[in-house]
Amino acid sequence: MSSLLIRGGRLIDPSRGLDRISDVLIRDGRIAEIGVTLVEADETLDACGWIVCPGFIDTHVAVRDPGFEEDETTATATAAALAGGFTTIAALPDTRPVVDNAAAAEYVVLQAERAGNCRIHPLGAVTRGHDGAELADLGQLARAGALAFTDAKSPIRSAEIMRRALEYARMFDRPIFSHAQDPTLIAGGVMHEGYFSTLLGLQGMPAAAESIFVSRDIALAELTGGRVHLMSISTAGAVEQVRRAKQRGIAITCDVTPHHLTLTDEAMQTYESNCKVMPPLRSGEHIEALIAGLVDGTIDAISADHQPCAAEKKDRELDQVPFGIVGLETLLPLCVKSLIETRRLDWPQLISKLTTGPAAILNLPNAGTLAIGAPGDVTLFDPDACWVVDPRRFRSKSRNSPFGGWSVTSQIRFVLVDGNVRFRQPLFS
Amino acid sequence: MPASDPSASSPRLWSRKHILGLQDLSANELTMILDRAAEFKRFFSDGCTKLDHLKGVTVGNLFFEPSTRTKTSFGLAAKRLSAEIVDFTASSSSLTKGETFIDTARNIEAMGVTQMVVRHATSGVPHQLARHLNAGVINAGDGTHEHPTQGLLDIFTIRAHRGSLSGLTVALVGDILHSRVARSNIWGLKKLGAKVIVCGPATLIPVHIERLGVEVSHSLDDIVERTDVINLLRIQAERQRSAFFPSIYEYAHFFGMNGNRVRRARKNVLILAPGPINRGVELTSEVADGDQSVILDQVTNGLFVRMSCLSLMHEAATRPPTVNTVRSEEVIV
Repeated sequence: MSSLLIRGGRLIDPSRGLDRISDVLIRDGRIAEIGVTLVEADETLDACGWIVCPGFIDTHVAVRDPGFEEDETTATATAAALAGGFTTIAALPDTRPVVDNAAAAEYVVLQAERAGNCRIHPLGAVTRGHDGAELADLGQLARAGALAFTDAKSPIRSAEIMRRALEYARMFDRPIFSHAQDPTLIAGGVMHEGYFSTLLGLQGMPAAAESIFVSRDIALAELTGGRVHLMSISTAGAVEQVRRAKQRGIAITCDVTPHHLTLTDEAMQTYESNCKVMPPLRSGEHIEALIAGLVDGTIDAISADHQPCAAEKKDRELDQVPFGIVGLETLLPLCVKSLIETRRLDWPQLISKLTTGPAAILNLPNAGTLAIGAPGDVTLFDPDACWVVDPRRFRSKSRNSPFGGWSVTSQIRFVLVDGNVRFRQPLFS
Repeated sequence: MPASDPSASSPRLWSRKHILGLQDLSANELTMILDRAAEFKRFFSDGCTKLDHLKGVTVGNLFFEPSTRTKTSFGLAAKRLSAEIVDFTASSSSLTKGETFIDTARNIEAMGVTQMVVRHATSGVPHQLARHLNAGVINAGDGTHEHPTQGLLDIFTIRAHRGSLSGLTVALVGDILHSRVARSNIWGLKKLGAKVIVCGPATLIPVHIERLGVEVSHSLDDIVERTDVINLLRIQAERQRSAFFPSIYEYAHFFGMNGNRVRRARKNVLILAPGPINRGVELTSEVADGDQSVILDQVTNGLFVRMSCLSLMHEAATRPPTVNTVRSEEVIV
């Protein structure tokens, strides 16, 4: 019997509507008691002035292991996740080889066990080798632990394949995660199509590319009764379509990244390769629509859309540079900057987008909650701590972040998985 | 803008280390370049063959994209100012061996190059290099972004014929979307007081271009009578295959400059083309070789504009710091 007491923190657990100063007792790796002035335990963490909440969950993280270990390994991805307050991540299947069969999915689980950091669940491919042509072994992938199916950053070109995947995945109650961008409209694109792409002479990707595929995916979800989750939506058009689809009871969910809430296409003006992301950074009116979508519940979750990339790949011409930024370690303070400091969301609302929201998308009833008996996956952070982002200090193997030098508030202090302290902020301790 | 602050600009000193685009330059800076170019042109028409502004300086000519005229023009400009030149072209490069453009440029710089002329097929490469190098970088054309010395030589040519840009109406005709020449022209012309019309098929006019303060037209016939200058941008045949327009034949029908259109234009209209020209597409031979054409003047003037840029950048890099220059450096982007 081992026990740990987290004392005096502001406990926020959106799964049960809790927001009050409270102690949390963890016994044998599980949440045992919640209340005021609980009895002594083997170990005590003083959380006065901090927020104590369920460990964060990210629905799609590029772990890049196997095949792209120059960018990230399972060990570094999970270390970065912990440092960002995450206790559970779902790993994108766009590795080399692609996770399109049971053995590949089992490798993801095995590597996570070896790393011993946070929990990883595999996501399986929709099509074999992400080629968009034949379905992967969806049933066996589900049995090997895949929580959802996705072709990651390859849009599923064929509506026919998308339809069959939704129908087939429904047998296992698994959603299809869609990167909703019309490939013919984004081909060769580097940034959002708008005033700044004209100014900079960079090939644009119109917002319509997203609207078109979101609309298609909604229609196919309705047709099949399957479940679609839209990864990283970035446009006002997508928000509006999802809002209307949800009102009609269609099984659709979506998430947004912190960088799409904090940066606009204007950031490309310096030709900074770390601002080249997919979907691209949009103009200000899209940000406003995304925030409104978070506020009214149209957008279910926030995901870092962590896409690590080795420095040598980012020191290239902009049209050669891969898309993406590392985001796990800056997600919380960026959300605070765009949503809490602007008073658009309160703390329980923000935390729900990082816990109950993603848990529902992944269908993980025991995650994202501090219910009695749930695993002791807990994140403790100081909402008032100010710090300066320094990518050189990231646990991620990659440094591709445009946020270096930003002054931010909110810093992760402790992260517990199964009641064990897996991360503690070194500067603090 | 500090650059137009009369107290700061009274002794007209150039303070920029790099010339990356005309978007960055003030009207005063544009005029400095043009005036210096005009001075060089006078010297050389008076029989001068060489000046020593860049004596002991090594200029790197980094052409990651093939070009004959711009490369030759920069090379000759540097030579006429007594500089040494290190030439680099993509075909003879180690890029095919996987070297990044940044490493290539650093290697050239390590040979003692202090001014780097950069041409690249991707927008933004000169800006990225300016961050990675100690040398001054001059953009010789980046992707579909800017081609500042081409914009300057177009403007120089117009000014030489008309005395001033102020109040003139200049039409840029053709593929505006993919044209670095168009973007540089728009910035430079607007800053010097000209009115700009961009004219081309709707597929080749980029979104929100009107926010740069230009008029958009889709008919050369509609604007030909009210322009002082018509600059015919090169149209690339491969754009037709990407469905930007149905055929070269149809393009020439609506946007090609021919004798009939010239006769409808103002009597003293100037016809410019950045070249290389496709005779019978952007313009007919009758127009290219006609009285209104200043196409070869443009090529001649390009040399003096590039000499002007190279010499001004060198002066900024070698001038000992004074209170005045420290203040003006604050405007460097």
